[in-house]
Amino acid sequence: MTGNVQMPDLKNTSSKGSKILGVSSLVGFAVLVVLAFFLTDPDIRFHPETGEEFGQFDAVRLLYIHVPLISVTYLAFVICAIASAGYLIRRTLWWDSLAHSSAEVGTLTCALVLATGSIWGRPVWNTWWEWGDVRIMSTLILFLMFLGYLALRRAFESPQRAARPAAVVALIAVLDIPLINRSVEWWGNRTLHQKSTLSEFKIEDLTLFTLMFGILISLLVMTWLILHRFRIAWLEHIEFEQGVQTAIEERRQIDTKEKQR
Amino acid sequence: MSVVKLDGLVALLEGFPALTGVDLHVEAGEIIFVKGPNGAGKTTLLHLCAGLIQPKEGNGSVMGHDLWSERTEIRKKAGLLSHGTGLYGDLTVLENIVFWTQIAGVEKSEIENRISWALKRMDLNSKLQSQKVRSLSVGQKRRASLAVFIVRRPSLWLLDEPHAGLDQAGREIVDELIKESVKAGATVIVASHDLDRVLNLSTRVVNLSGGSVVDV
Amino acid sequence: MTDIWLIARKDLKIEMRSRVLMNQVAPFALIILVLFGIALDADQKSLRNFASGLFWISVLLCALMAIARSMTIERDEGALVGLNLSGVDPSGVFLGKACAIAIQLLVLEVFLGVGIILLYGSEVEDLWLLISTGLFACIAVSALGTIFGFLASGLGVRETLLPILLLPLLLPLLIGATRAFDDALGIAAVNGWNWFAFVAGLTVILTGVGVAANYLIVEN
Repeated sequence: MTGNVQMPDLKNTSSKGSKILGVSSLVGFAVLVVLAFFLTDPDIRFHPETGEEFGQFDAVRLLYIHVPLISVTYLAFVICAIASAGYLIRRTLWWDSLAHSSAEVGTLTCALVLATGSIWGRPVWNTWWEWGDVRIMSTLILFLMFLGYLALRRAFESPQRAARPAAVVALIAVLDIPLINRSVEWWGNRTLHQKSTLSEFKIEDLTLFTLMFGILISLLVMTWLILHRFRIAWLEHIEFEQGVQTAIEERRQIDTKEKQR
Repeated sequence: MSVVKLDGLVALLEGFPALTGVDLHVEAGEIIFVKGPNGAGKTTLLHLCAGLIQPKEGNGSVMGHDLWSERTEIRKKAGLLSHGTGLYGDLTVLENIVFWTQIAGVEKSEIENRISWALKRMDLNSKLQSQKVRSLSVGQKRRASLAVFIVRRPSLWLLDEPHAGLDQAGREIVDELIKESVKAGATVIVASHDLDRVLNLSTRVVNLSGGSVVDV
Repeated sequence: MTDIWLIARKDLKIEMRSRVLMNQVAPFALIILVLFGIALDADQKSLRNFASGLFWISVLLCALMAIARSMTIERDEGALVGLNLSGVDPSGVFLGKACAIAIQLLVLEVFLGVGIILLYGSEVEDLWLLISTGLFACIAVSALGTIFGFLASGLGVRETLLPILLLPLLLPLLIGATRAFDDALGIAAVNGWNWFAFVAGLTVILTGVGVAANYLIVEN
């Protein structure tokens, strides 16, 4: 199943493409920081009748990173699900490595989503955590499920034996999302989240641009991370394979000595 | 036709290459004695022949079935006596043997006959039969698992240290069973450290070391 | 079909003999109920309001133990190898063990149910809703639990890996079953039968997922 896979000549995880990607991610991120924290305005609105100030004020700036992170998190998990299905159909290490790397990057960004969301929620909703909010709860459960997924992967001594169970667990986890969504929605029935963040606060050209730019940069960063993680997974497979081959050779040598005696 | 045909078989056990290239052909009716130091790969070889381990490299077939893609067929026909008793400690000897006979798909009309034959053959009297396996001595447990082994009437016998833990009488029963089974058309592979005993029985000695056959 | 019955009966017989669930898990369930009562520093009135949630958390914790026990039976003396060699269909083994776990869990649910009535003063308003929800939820927990139990038991980390794999996936079930119980015990004005329908649907889905996953994962 796995022994005959062609291993490309890979010495480390960087390549020309990934360097360009990395540099543009970093530069883009710096630009995003400038846009989000300096060039865009805080969200201040005035009540049409009383003239009172309201809005998200400076907290809105967090959304420029929070919202893009959400998109890439879900994208990463979707990639993981597709790759897992791909593995079950094709049974190649390429799909397995893709599933593993996207799951790991997705879990990381998922943690960041929860953290930034919580920090943003404190000033705006006046709470770190809102039970019964569908999106918060689903995201948290998703995060926990993928912690389990990664724990499962680590529990195997050979990366190749982990592939199939991990693929099944990933698919079950992703398919469970709609169920979790339904149940939390009916349970809580009181979502705090804006129906759509984009239409809620006043969208100026620069605001919208920053948000879109943020999504683009997050996509770049995610691709960059997954690329490197994928190559690490690939190298791990090679290392494991070479380790096995060396061990076989060593055992065979003992064997020959035995024969000579 | 060879019953067991292994060519350059490599098998991993938890990532460790337990078998590093085994070439072994066993003809029907042979009694193969597999010897070798601890860690030579004897147990893995037996598990491999039972269709329990996926080979990493090499080709192999058992009783005409491919070692891995047709493992279900192999498993049904092969019998493996391993280190674990394979019995449920909280059930009695009789309950165990009844369960294992039924689950093996032995025909209903034959179940009773076979069970009483196996119990008698292993010298397990009615008092022992109604005892929980957990409360038996090591040797008695061994007898019970041998009874479960023979009740299935496998055509390929894979025995891992079959004499271990048995008293003199028990060991002789095992030897007789092996001889009888070969007469009835079975093929036997025994892994053991009990040199003298198995040497007398066997038709061929296979010396395993470092995960491959060093001389035949 | 015969295989499923044989394996389930064997597991139940082992439980009748060893009484592990009866002598260890059931008292554990009782201890959980008592601990909740003490830790929440609550009077019977507020405990009554939490009863359905505490009931289902206790069920899940007991289920983890029952599943681990069920796997130990097969791993202890290498009986699983024997099952594989006997040529039984893997889904037969899976369904047989899941059935046995479900039946044992059901007994534990009855025990816990009596526990919340006696200790927390819960009053049953809709017995049928209680029974149906308990039945379906326990089938779902057993089906998914057995597949993950098998998965974890081969890795030598069964006790620690099983909860983190299983519990997040069971969250929708926990919500559904708790809400249905809320209605059945007269705690909250919700439509319990709607929640039961949700639980029943989940049970069908999760059992199907369990069978499919078992088919995909089981190799040996």
